[in-house]
Amino acid sequence: MSTITETPLDAAPLEQSTLFRFATAGSVDDGKSTLVGRLLHDSKAILADTLDAVTRTSADRGFGGENGSTQKIDLALLTDGLRAEREQGITIDVAYRYFATDRRSFILADCPGHIQYTKNTVTGASTADAVVVLIDARKGVLEQTRRHLSVLRLLRVPNVIVAVNKIDLTGFSEDVFRTIETDVQAVAAGIGLDDVVVIPVSALEGDNVVERSAHTPWYTGASLLELLETLPTTDELERGLEPFRFPVQLVVRPQGALAPELTLADDAGASFRDYRAYAGQVASGAVAVGDEITVLPSGRKASVVGIDFAGRTLEKAVAPQSVSLRLSEEIDIARGDVIAATGTFGEVSQDLYAELCWLSDKPLREGAKVLIKHGSKTVQGLIRAVTGKLELESFAYGQASGLGLNDIGTAQIRLASPVPIETYARHRRTGAFLVIDPQDGNTLAAGMVRDHPGDHEDERYAI
Amino acid sequence: MSTQTIDQDLSPGTAPAGDAELNSLDLLESEAIHIIREVVAEFERPALLFSGGKDSVLMLHLATKAFWPGKVPFPVLHVDTGHNFPEVIDFRDRTVERLGLRLEVGSVQEFIDSGELSERADGTRNPLQTVPLLDAIARNKFDAVFGGARRDEDKARAKERIVSLRDEFGQWDPRNQRPELWNLYNGRHTVGQHVRAFPISNWTELDVWRYIAREGIELPPLYYAHEREVYERDGMWRAVGPVSQPRPDEEVVIKQVRYRTVGDMSCTGAVASDATTVHDVVREVAASTLTERGATRADDRISEAAMEDRKKDGYF
Repeated sequence: MSTITETPLDAAPLEQSTLFRFATAGSVDDGKSTLVGRLLHDSKAILADTLDAVTRTSADRGFGGENGSTQKIDLALLTDGLRAEREQGITIDVAYRYFATDRRSFILADCPGHIQYTKNTVTGASTADAVVVLIDARKGVLEQTRRHLSVLRLLRVPNVIVAVNKIDLTGFSEDVFRTIETDVQAVAAGIGLDDVVVIPVSALEGDNVVERSAHTPWYTGASLLELLETLPTTDELERGLEPFRFPVQLVVRPQGALAPELTLADDAGASFRDYRAYAGQVASGAVAVGDEITVLPSGRKASVVGIDFAGRTLEKAVAPQSVSLRLSEEIDIARGDVIAATGTFGEVSQDLYAELCWLSDKPLREGAKVLIKHGSKTVQGLIRAVTGKLELESFAYGQASGLGLNDIGTAQIRLASPVPIETYARHRRTGAFLVIDPQDGNTLAAGMVRDHPGDHEDERYAI
Repeated sequence: MSTQTIDQDLSPGTAPAGDAELNSLDLLESEAIHIIREVVAEFERPALLFSGGKDSVLMLHLATKAFWPGKVPFPVLHVDTGHNFPEVIDFRDRTVERLGLRLEVGSVQEFIDSGELSERADGTRNPLQTVPLLDAIARNKFDAVFGGARRDEDKARAKERIVSLRDEFGQWDPRNQRPELWNLYNGRHTVGQHVRAFPISNWTELDVWRYIAREGIELPPLYYAHEREVYERDGMWRAVGPVSQPRPDEEVVIKQVRYRTVGDMSCTGAVASDATTVHDVVREVAASTLTERGATRADDRISEAAMEDRKKDGYF
């Protein structure tokens, strides 16, 4: 069983505390806000002054009254942030919330459940190590559930959990739960989503949220929080599997403008006279001093002679560390280039075939000129063709010539210059990009690179 | 370049070797440095809001790491309410001097003196910072302004993007924010617009204190328990000072206190505390049952949506 500690410092050595990002998805009446409120409340993330304020508002709204509920506060109030949200009782946008147990620090992307589901789910899930999809136990698997699971499959969210909520309202019925569980697994199998975990919960009463419930003796799995504490993160899952990728953010070449502790006049400073390193965040894999690397798109090769981090030298760096690399050769490298492990990258291309989650009211049309932001590089792009639109009901692609808000489709994009881009299926971090409106600068779509139809993977990726 | 030189002379932190397990602070640090570098790379004229408070001190520390061995490549901007704690101004000036930075100041007092702003009846100057802030941004043509705001501080801040677009009036529109996807930050803006960037959005107060302890970052002495003349108002301990005087019915006592936030003296309260070292503070914060702002910020009590309203007007 997990234990929540009120004094994390003493109970939890920081060295063991990892960071886990998760998001919630659910439709309006599934009890999502209540579940989030319950997680925050039961994990003691809500401090006394906040709880006082929520208790007062709850009392004003008649909570803790005569309806027999054991609940003294409206847990959903814990997550209503903006004035309009409180006034209208709706959730407008993704909010981020924080809590910690003795094992992990959690970043929760609390996504609204209203009709703009795709947009919000994509936003919340793009950085998530896990997504919790809610189902109302009385309603079972709905169209909405299929949509959510489809989007999560597309985004390759590493861990998907389905919480069958309001199980108390079915009298904690095992039959109800097993039926829904079977339905969920059938849908998941149909769209190619592996390892979906299904849990019976009551967010309102707290069953199987933090503590395992005595009301569901037929359920032998973990509570929601126990799962969140133990599931692997994206980095843990991908560590060691993916080759090294390092988008260069900027070149550190201080020359005279050295940090104050260093002056060119003294010995320490003089050694930095010709300092040149490439700053960035390791997007995937690992790099060690001595490794052979290739710079993309130029294809020039060198070896790593130093890995610097703020005055320290490291022997090795792993995703997602932000470091600076020194190389054996003075080659021309600029922001937007990618440093990759030699021999792991097939080709750079000016043509993209991609999945787009369209997030803007402004529709996508063929022939549109856009900006593509991938890693640290932004290039112009031309939408050559919209090749299909995903029908979430069937998870099949239908004909389309454009995409509108919340649509998911495939498109062919021609880039103004070659970009080292890889498929999202292979590299979740290096296969993603933004589509940006060149006029007003707004983000139009989330993009995920696919293989060209008909391409053989082995031809694209030289080993 | 010799590796030994770096190790001996410059080891500001205890960052892990690459093959060690990365803990939550390492991950937050790495994310923040990535964001700081992105903004510096993509914008012409960034600046960092620097008040001498712990979050902006932390930001500056992260910036020194992001560009090491180069110096921090942007100026700092302080919006001075004129009601600051002298210890904090002293700390601010020493820090700017130490790092060789340029300091820009936006002065609330100057705006009051010129008649462009008027003093509020309650004497609180925090809400008055917006006008000098926007003026300083426009005057210096800053196109990106770093802030040390954290999402755990306030329910409105919980909704804000890490890279947040502000219009020609500096306004934040919570209903019309760009989606923020993966770790790809979109900083495109048109003339007159600027962005606010919040690299430590995902840090909690406890993360900040643990990191300050781990890195040995110096803070203004106010953050540690000390004896001070205070009086109680609205359940908070207010310091006695030129702009913060007790009413006749408020008794002045000498108490051992410290500050969890250091803002304007007229609206920042102290908490009773025995925490004299950074490790004491970490323990105290870990065990606290009050939020940082709830405990010490009078201006956030003005209304349920005080922060949201200020942010919509251009506050950070």
